[in-house]
Amino acid sequence: MPGLGITYGRGGATTSLMDLQNADCILIEGSNMAEAHPVGFRHPMIAKEKGATLIHVDPRFTRTSAMCDIYAPIRPGTDIVFLGGMINYVLENEKYFEEYVKSYTNAATLITEEYEDVDTTGLFSGWDDEKQAYDMESWAYEGMPIDYASVGGSQGRMFGDSGGGQGQRGVHEGERPSDETLQHPRTVFQILKRHFARYTPEMVERICGTPREAFLKVAETICENSGRDKTTAFCYAVGWTQHSKGVQIIRSAAILQLLLGNMGRPGGGIMALRGHATIQGSTDIATLYNILPGYLPMPDVIKDHDTWQSYVESETADTGWWNNFPKYITSLFKAWYGDDFDPENGDEIFDHFPRLSGDHSYYPTIMEMKDGGVKGCFVFGQNFAVGGPHARLARDALRNLDWLVVLDAFEVETATAWKLDGVDPKENGSEVFYIPMALIAEKEGSFTQTQRMLQWHDKAVEPPDDARSDAWFVFHLGRRLKELYKDSEEPRDALIKAVTWDYPVEGERNEPDIESVIKEVSGYTVADRKPVGGFADLKDDGSTACGGWIYSGVYADGVNQSRRRKPHREQDNVAAEWGWAWPANRRILYNRASADPDGKPWSERKKLVWWDEEQEKWVGHDIPDFQATKPPSYRPGENASGVDALPGDGPFILQADGKGWLFAPVGLKDGPLPIHYEALESPVPNLMYSQQYDPAVRTFDRPDNPYNRPMDPKYPYVVTTYRLTEHHTSGAMSRWIPWLSELQPELFVEISPDLAAEKGVNNAGWVTVETSRGKIHCKALVTDRIPVYDFEGKKLHTIGIPYHFGPNGLVKGDIVNDLMPVSLEANVAMHEAKAFTANLEKGRV
Amino acid sequence: MATGFLTDTTVCIGCKACEVACKQWNQIPADGYELTGDSYDNTKQLSGTTWRHVAFIENPKKQRKLTGDVDLLALAEDVHQTLPGGAELDGLGRWTFMSDVCKHCVEAACQQACPTGAIIRNEFDNVYIQPDVCNGCGYCVPACPYGVITQVPEDGRVFKCTLCYDRQRDGLEPACAKACPTNSIMFGDVEELKQVAAERVATLHAKGYENAYIYGTPEIGGTGGINGDHSKFILMDEPETYNLPAHPFLPQAKVKGGFVASAVAATVLGAVVALAFRD
Repeated sequence: MPGLGITYGRGGATTSLMDLQNADCILIEGSNMAEAHPVGFRHPMIAKEKGATLIHVDPRFTRTSAMCDIYAPIRPGTDIVFLGGMINYVLENEKYFEEYVKSYTNAATLITEEYEDVDTTGLFSGWDDEKQAYDMESWAYEGMPIDYASVGGSQGRMFGDSGGGQGQRGVHEGERPSDETLQHPRTVFQILKRHFARYTPEMVERICGTPREAFLKVAETICENSGRDKTTAFCYAVGWTQHSKGVQIIRSAAILQLLLGNMGRPGGGIMALRGHATIQGSTDIATLYNILPGYLPMPDVIKDHDTWQSYVESETADTGWWNNFPKYITSLFKAWYGDDFDPENGDEIFDHFPRLSGDHSYYPTIMEMKDGGVKGCFVFGQNFAVGGPHARLARDALRNLDWLVVLDAFEVETATAWKLDGVDPKENGSEVFYIPMALIAEKEGSFTQTQRMLQWHDKAVEPPDDARSDAWFVFHLGRRLKELYKDSEEPRDALIKAVTWDYPVEGERNEPDIESVIKEVSGYTVADRKPVGGFADLKDDGSTACGGWIYSGVYADGVNQSRRRKPHREQDNVAAEWGWAWPANRRILYNRASADPDGKPWSERKKLVWWDEEQEKWVGHDIPDFQATKPPSYRPGENASGVDALPGDGPFILQADGKGWLFAPVGLKDGPLPIHYEALESPVPNLMYSQQYDPAVRTFDRPDNPYNRPMDPKYPYVVTTYRLTEHHTSGAMSRWIPWLSELQPELFVEISPDLAAEKGVNNAGWVTVETSRGKIHCKALVTDRIPVYDFEGKKLHTIGIPYHFGPNGLVKGDIVNDLMPVSLEANVAMHEAKAFTANLEKGRV
Repeated sequence: MATGFLTDTTVCIGCKACEVACKQWNQIPADGYELTGDSYDNTKQLSGTTWRHVAFIENPKKQRKLTGDVDLLALAEDVHQTLPGGAELDGLGRWTFMSDVCKHCVEAACQQACPTGAIIRNEFDNVYIQPDVCNGCGYCVPACPYGVITQVPEDGRVFKCTLCYDRQRDGLEPACAKACPTNSIMFGDVEELKQVAAERVATLHAKGYENAYIYGTPEIGGTGGINGDHSKFILMDEPETYNLPAHPFLPQAKVKGGFVASAVAATVLGAVVALAFRD
């Protein structure tokens, strides 16, 4: 989530679901929260009962819209115009929270003279047509630029999904050039004003199809409910992420929340609703190929990572939080390699440690699999034969493996790809192992949910028959591998021999003790194996071990803090004793911003954390997300390093300058500010700029992955895919359950009565939806909840299709993701499921 | 103490967790896998195998009775005219969800129709079918003025909501109420719920939703000798919108008339016959 990571410092939801109850207004956009997060939606409903205004901006009128005070329709893929329109509204009408903006954002900072405003081409300065990429130098802060390497990657590499923080090279040398009056034409504030001046309510109406009155009503309502005494929260989910410019959509929202002064305050913030159970956890402790647990950078062949020393030195920032990198990485290696790892002789282990050698993200790997470059694959808790974009390509890839191990509770399509699509299994060379796995109530462990909170669940029953927990499988595989290699003299086997794999087992089935894993992740002192209190206790000398620094403290005092279940009746609204949230159990991030620059609450109604003069420390309802005893008046001296280089009024402590970034001087591949482009596949031209779609989006020129050209008359409709409450993502956990399957038993496409009439389609009648990748058959659900958009006087139809179905299970249906192309957003390699084009015809053709 | 439900449709998000929780707790089979095309409702109605049922009422804009405070209304009307797709100010009522359930009538027609004594009032004053006594005669099916009970074909007997009798015995609330994420389904002492319902309706009125009302009182929804329901609803539209009868009544309410009509008919026929055989 670099949209949030670049703006605020951490790529995670900045608030908690509970805290939504404190909001005066909640904008839900890019999310169908009532359907996809029905339990979390309880909190907006409580806010509504307390008087908050709920707003839903969405291409479809959904179960969420039905609960909201304002529903504004929006054509899929035009969110930057809508949000940009609101930014323009806030700036033009001077509705921004001036003191907050001046103190806590980089509004006053000057940008280099080389930066040029975007003209009608829609390209920022620094575009290299040959390389099809930006040179970011002209976006830099004047005088003291922030190094790209310390923001999380180099030009050739993707920025991690949940991106880490930033740092700065070079010692702190006085103040950065700025203009506190915000009048200098090169201040971020003036650049922002000029950039968004074109995003007028008229433009919003033309491009988004949102009636001007509805847009203005939304803008007014949000401004009325923001400021010193009121706060507005934003909720989004994959409706913003899954676009060719998803990061910039989220950036738009992040900028807006900074201007309105809603960050770090109760009832404010941005709730990033994650797409799966514990998807947050899987990026934290880290399944992504380019990060290590806690968003530490993976060693890389093209960086200065040849030796342990050069790796540690090159990834350590001089100012800001990432000055602590040596402590975190040393403790991680200590947790993994125990006595065999000595930071003084780090290369003994580090020499053998894998390095990144290319793009091994999900989609390129699938393509490599199809092309024969990947021989074997383990699939845990995934069903990408149905759930990923261009699912047909993924199934073809699965059939080209030498071996495939699918671990799942049900026989999902990924396990049966070898006999799907009418292929002859005899021609299929891959050997498939299907391993039955335990479901949630049959194993223990923790979930890290959408607000960075870990919640422990106990085992209720033993899994049936041969089914085991995923941890059982991984643990015993590792144990057997260690056994197999224990006498090996080969240097390449050194890591397998060294890795600590001594988790105790329990029960008849030798299930590994999961609490011992979270204990290792939380960290301990090596000498006595006593749990550490938190990441502040971690050392870079090898005396501490910690499997994931951001989770450090979850086992503080030898207690599994994630298992705490103190009811809300017995504690305050922050609910600090329910589960445990990273970092350090802080529930609202950047909460230093809930107080003014002098450390006093902005208002009595919205107080959360403040400076206590007598105790000389930060106090309040939440755990301060700030150095506990750094006074508001603190200013860094010459040569200050680490977090000491940040001032006492810089709430964004992971940013190299302690400020929220309205303008991103570095770090994003498709521009320092959000800008409207049409989706990669769109039936209409970009009315704002000559650049049709995001120039930095990655496409694949392969015959099996064709794209529908912009404005191709063969594909006149916009498809947006989504989920229903009744089913689990690819259906892997719902299509086998009778009680869920009867509720949504068949695949359908939602279309407007207008389109149905045009095509002669009856409600519940068959239709065919087709793209250049493939076609599906399904039934039509005709409803005027699907708006028909007016685009320059012409009707533009949107069709919505849930993607839960496949050929296996109790209820079956065509695979919707066969329709979608593989294209990758520039920063996070995300596909575009929420806006692509297709044709629709009556009947099964 | 009598226990019952209060189902507040104004906060129902249509997640169907109640349907699933009910079927899972009570181990009721699925009803089949067919897309009805009726909005998001594919389980159709209450039956012997569906004891909680969430209805989805799509209320197309054109026919919609708008609610909310006056300014928003006027604005909403304008917005409707300018946009074919329709922005909505105050979406409540545009797409309504309603979790239906047995009404647990104060005077229960099903109980009165039951010839075997299988349907009783249990210690929680709930209307309860004893499955070991029910002989499957089916008299209760047409007797229920709300269409709650049906026979399960494979079994022959009739089933309906038990108000989770077994859970209540263990001091737990019914599964549906437990699963409901927005407190749309409330469970408790009927007298307390009456109070809660009255307060909720007053709140809704104060917010401008003047058409909010309680269904299941002796005056509305629990009429015709039923004397009110232990399972009440807060509704925003006419009962028929939710597939609920506006004026339910106990079958015997018509019996008296029927007897009189029969008696009159018999007398008249007797007279005619007598006349025919005169002399």
